[in-house]
Amino acid sequence: MHLLVCGGTGCRASQSEKIAENLNEEIKNIGLENEVQVVITGCFGFCEKGPIVKVIPDNTFYTQVKPEDCKEIVNEHVLKGRKVMRLLYVDPVTKEHVSDSKHMGFYQKQLRIALRNCGFIDPENIDEYIARDGYSALGKALTEMTPQQVIDLIKKSGLRGRGGGGFPTGLKWEIAASNKADQKYVVCNADEGDPGAFMDRSILEGDPHSVIEAMAICGYCIGASKGIVYIRAEYPLAIQRLKVAARQCRAYGLLGNDILGTGFNFDIELRYGAGAFVCGEETALIQSMEGKRGEPTVKPPFPAQSGYLRKPTNVNNVETFANIPAILLKGPEWFSSIGTEKSKGTKVFALAGKINNVGLIEVPMGTTLREVIFEIGGGIKGGKKFKAVQTGGPSGGCLTEKHLDTPIDFDNLIAAGSMMGSGGMIVMDEDDCMVSVAKFYLEFTVDESCGKCAPCRVGNKRLHEMLEKICSGKGTLEDVEYLKNLGNVIKDTALCGLGQTSPNPVLSTIEHFYDEYKAHVTERICPAGQCKALKLYTILADKCTGCTACARSCPVGAISGEKRQAHVIDAEKCIRCGACYDKCKFSAIYVQ
Amino acid sequence: MNKIKSIDDLRKIKQDLENGMNIREKSNSPESLVQIRVAMATCGIAAGARTVMNTIIEKIEKDKVPAVVTQSGCMGYCYAEPTVEVRIPGKDPVVFGYVDSKKAIDIVEKYIVKGELLDGIIPVNYQTINDKI
Repeated sequence: MHLLVCGGTGCRASQSEKIAENLNEEIKNIGLENEVQVVITGCFGFCEKGPIVKVIPDNTFYTQVKPEDCKEIVNEHVLKGRKVMRLLYVDPVTKEHVSDSKHMGFYQKQLRIALRNCGFIDPENIDEYIARDGYSALGKALTEMTPQQVIDLIKKSGLRGRGGGGFPTGLKWEIAASNKADQKYVVCNADEGDPGAFMDRSILEGDPHSVIEAMAICGYCIGASKGIVYIRAEYPLAIQRLKVAARQCRAYGLLGNDILGTGFNFDIELRYGAGAFVCGEETALIQSMEGKRGEPTVKPPFPAQSGYLRKPTNVNNVETFANIPAILLKGPEWFSSIGTEKSKGTKVFALAGKINNVGLIEVPMGTTLREVIFEIGGGIKGGKKFKAVQTGGPSGGCLTEKHLDTPIDFDNLIAAGSMMGSGGMIVMDEDDCMVSVAKFYLEFTVDESCGKCAPCRVGNKRLHEMLEKICSGKGTLEDVEYLKNLGNVIKDTALCGLGQTSPNPVLSTIEHFYDEYKAHVTERICPAGQCKALKLYTILADKCTGCTACARSCPVGAISGEKRQAHVIDAEKCIRCGACYDKCKFSAIYVQ
Repeated sequence: MNKIKSIDDLRKIKQDLENGMNIREKSNSPESLVQIRVAMATCGIAAGARTVMNTIIEKIEKDKVPAVVTQSGCMGYCYAEPTVEVRIPGKDPVVFGYVDSKKAIDIVEKYIVKGELLDGIIPVNYQTINDKI
């Protein structure tokens, strides 16, 4: 019997380590330590309901487990074979207890390739990875195939870069392979910076070996003996698991010299980034690795020609690498049978925002937004109305109700004015103000812009200022036009991917929610009621009892009136803090 | 740790480790496999169900029988413990009573693998709510 405990960052934050410890202790108490094994795995993806404990072989899926619950799980389930009903997942529609993850809406539509081992194996145990065909793909490549054959296979599979750009991976490898040099490098881009995206972290935490194996395969293809993982220092758990994995590989001889007796040499090292968004851009990443300031450089030359230390360098994203071993073992036909015409395979998305099932999911390309949000994601929190979904982070745009049935793939998202990005999906409901959302993303890009080129450094700052102006009720219709023009200029003139995509949140919200911008600038109201400066507080005279609670709570003394008489708010003095609204017991304060 | 020096070494290690992981692989699709349930309530455990379960697990691992072993609560046949229920896809479930290690091996070898009938089947004397619907 195995008890799988989620050891991802989310569940660890809710004491999953303590849970594993308690389970072990309870099992020891009943004397079953030789028969029951507690395994800490990577992320199961269902972070909303974490920490998760899965009991094998009967496949029971316990949610929101607390360290105190361990005794009950061991005594009831392990010892007596009775499931602990109160810890089972309750289907939100049927209200029935579901004990098995296969019957949960969250997992039914998913297909896991990149996440195949997450939540299934112990990431700190190389043997479990090997038992799941680990390093067989590397073995196959080294002993049965030439580098060109492997590249052809990847090209045939149709795999495209999962970091956001969607460049064909096989082609990228081929270009790097064709450039001659005494030393080449394979770089894994683990500088995941989109707000709300955490798939790369989860893969590295849950299945680090799949990335190491794929890097070695890539090294074989392009002729590199060195691999570097560029990872942000903010991911301590992923770093630790990678280090453990690399150490185990070296002990087994799967990294180092003469791997599997084939004469192929490859080893990896880790480089830590300080968490700058721009360093996810490959040229900036390479600059940062060289110890320079993280600023992008002009392409060409592309990294495949002259990258790290001026040597040919191939940079791929974590998720791209995680797909490689599966493609090699199952064949390119299998992979290209999944997905849409131009986007093959699956994509991992991080669901966040106003959605019931926050978590990490992997679905075939071509799944519609409706399926992702309403079937897997379980719909909008609190039964509210869906308004928009933001994909691609600060580089992407907002998609609305009319896009719900669009199959998700690289090209469809771009056609709809957004992009795949690394796969963050932030869901918004009727209470979210789209102008504020655009402002939030601009704030992020203004912060993260490296400042090398003027369009991004100055332009984004101006965009942000104008959005502030609109949110504070001082904007005009011309400002909205100006936003559009400037946004397009930045897109056309910025140096790197960051600047070229940073106006997207503004442009797409203007396109899809023009009425909301209009309401802000012409009627001076915020339809979602989010923009503080556009709120107007008044006291309803018939409801006011003159208790003076509001007048006493007002920090600027804007409320006046006699005791037991209706009070009045001076709109000129009012700073719209809402203190009076919170204090009033008679619902006498009206907000517009 | 010994170094893995060739692809054959890797394959060998994989084979050695596979059984340990099989239990997790199989649990993803229990309907299509033979399911063996050992009644593990207080009465069953007192009568030796744990030894029986371990014997079965070892036996199916050794013979590579595609089956999942789970435990269940008390089936009500306390007089006949330890009891083992076997569900072969497409067949009616069968409950064996008074199972000891020898009998457990017979169940796997003869009933599950060869499909022979065995003594010691407890006749079904009730319906569950699921049968009625």
